[in-house]
Amino acid sequence: MVSLSRSKPIATPETQHFWDGTREHRLLLQQCEACSHIYFPPRPFCPSCSGRSVRLIDASGRATLYSYVIGHRPAPGFEPPYSIAVVQLEEGPRMMSNIVDCPQTPDALILDMPLEVKWQALDNEITLAMFRPAGKAAL
Amino acid sequence: MKSASIAIVGAAESTGLGVIKDLSQTGIHCDAALNALADAGLKASDIDGIACAGEYPVNLAYQLGITPTWLDGTYSGGCSFMLHVRHAAAAIDSGLCSTVLITHGESGKSRIGYYMGQNLAPTSVIGQFEMPYAPFTPANLFTIPVLRYMKDYGLTHEQLAMVSVVQREWAAMNPRATFKEPISVEDVLDSKMIAYPFRILQCCLVTDGGGALILTKADRAKDFPTVPVYILGTGESCETPLISQMEDFTTSRAFRDSGKLAFESAGIQHSDVDHLMAYDAFAHLPIYALEDLGFLPRGEAATFIAERNTAPGGRLPVNTNGGGLSYMHSGMYGMYALQESVRQLRGIAPAQVRDAKISLCHGVGGFFGASGTIIMGNERPD
Repeated sequence: MVSLSRSKPIATPETQHFWDGTREHRLLLQQCEACSHIYFPPRPFCPSCSGRSVRLIDASGRATLYSYVIGHRPAPGFEPPYSIAVVQLEEGPRMMSNIVDCPQTPDALILDMPLEVKWQALDNEITLAMFRPAGKAAL
Repeated sequence: MKSASIAIVGAAESTGLGVIKDLSQTGIHCDAALNALADAGLKASDIDGIACAGEYPVNLAYQLGITPTWLDGTYSGGCSFMLHVRHAAAAIDSGLCSTVLITHGESGKSRIGYYMGQNLAPTSVIGQFEMPYAPFTPANLFTIPVLRYMKDYGLTHEQLAMVSVVQREWAAMNPRATFKEPISVEDVLDSKMIAYPFRILQCCLVTDGGGALILTKADRAKDFPTVPVYILGTGESCETPLISQMEDFTTSRAFRDSGKLAFESAGIQHSDVDHLMAYDAFAHLPIYALEDLGFLPRGEAATFIAERNTAPGGRLPVNTNGGGLSYMHSGMYGMYALQESVRQLRGIAPAQVRDAKISLCHGVGGFFGASGTIIMGNERPD
């Protein structure tokens, strides 16, 4: 469990499925039935064509490192240095996350390196999708 | 709207700048408003339109004793004031009001009566999908795209540091600038790490301050005591409140769209621009602005800056007040950029650009979320 003092999301009706999914270690994206666009963050309509017919799909959890910073300032729930990253999911969308299970240094965090999801529970309700270098043995 | 049909006839910053302990955020709005009224030789009763951000326009009108026929509380972060100028020009042009006061006040450092207009609740899209991963500070978020830019275009740490070095040279000429001591690339790269690759000398200041503008029809402008500054062209746009969802981390869609609208409506070329204000909350922003506004091809702005083209004596003076990096930055910096454009076109800037006739002022808000661009001139085209 990471620190409880991190900012904790509160689901809305439009996003409840996403947070229900992460609790079950599923990374749920949405896909438009009309135009096939896959998107994130969740909303009950397609941001590309405005279609309201949308299905959930399971992301593979594979991603690459698109960009990041390494935070050096102390903050509740974060122990400096900490990476704040944007990852490129295999399915197309990007999401913010933290890269874990590796040194928080520029030498260890190489742009476009392959990543895989690692689940971290904040509490019984909220589990966050973190990412780690791909191929690391499960810790 | 015809280019140059609206003019800025009043412009002033707050009396104090930097640390203001004797005023709340609302009080700073009012102080700046009174200074702008005095600058234009107007009374509150002469104002019939009001716009502000980080404050409720109804309260501002009430506090100042203004009875408006037009109100605008558009909040788009630091570029809100560029959008206000654009909206005010359209409102005056269409007859909704005749004389608009635009105010900014921000207790960004002292946090007296501080208020920000953005929804950051845990239920918000930022609260759910970014804040759990990032302590919500501009230094942690606004900066995230730059490593992508560095990899894709070969931008070096030394080139990025040069943005701060050059702007400090401008600040050295400005008595109101917070930091005036010269700095070197080494100083920048040795300064305290905040959010890699950004060090403290590549991050904006945190200060208190405000500013206000008064706009009216250009036909009336010669009746005022100040040199009129004409609105030649304007643009605005937005992309996303989530920095993680920008289409491309090496370029801002909002910058490109806003800039294009401004150039098209002004009917000018890039070579016509004598002076540029490029909102610089962090050192990478002038690089993005120079490219996304079309002054330079992609990937060439850092070299352009490092070769001193934007420095004192260079061919395109940029951020001549010292910018958010050295002059001041209360959080929503756009008003101070507009004030410097007005000073340059009035010919009263501390670091005056000789014969400046056209100034472009480009703002960004909510990180790369939104953008506003104002092109101003001190000559009225025929």
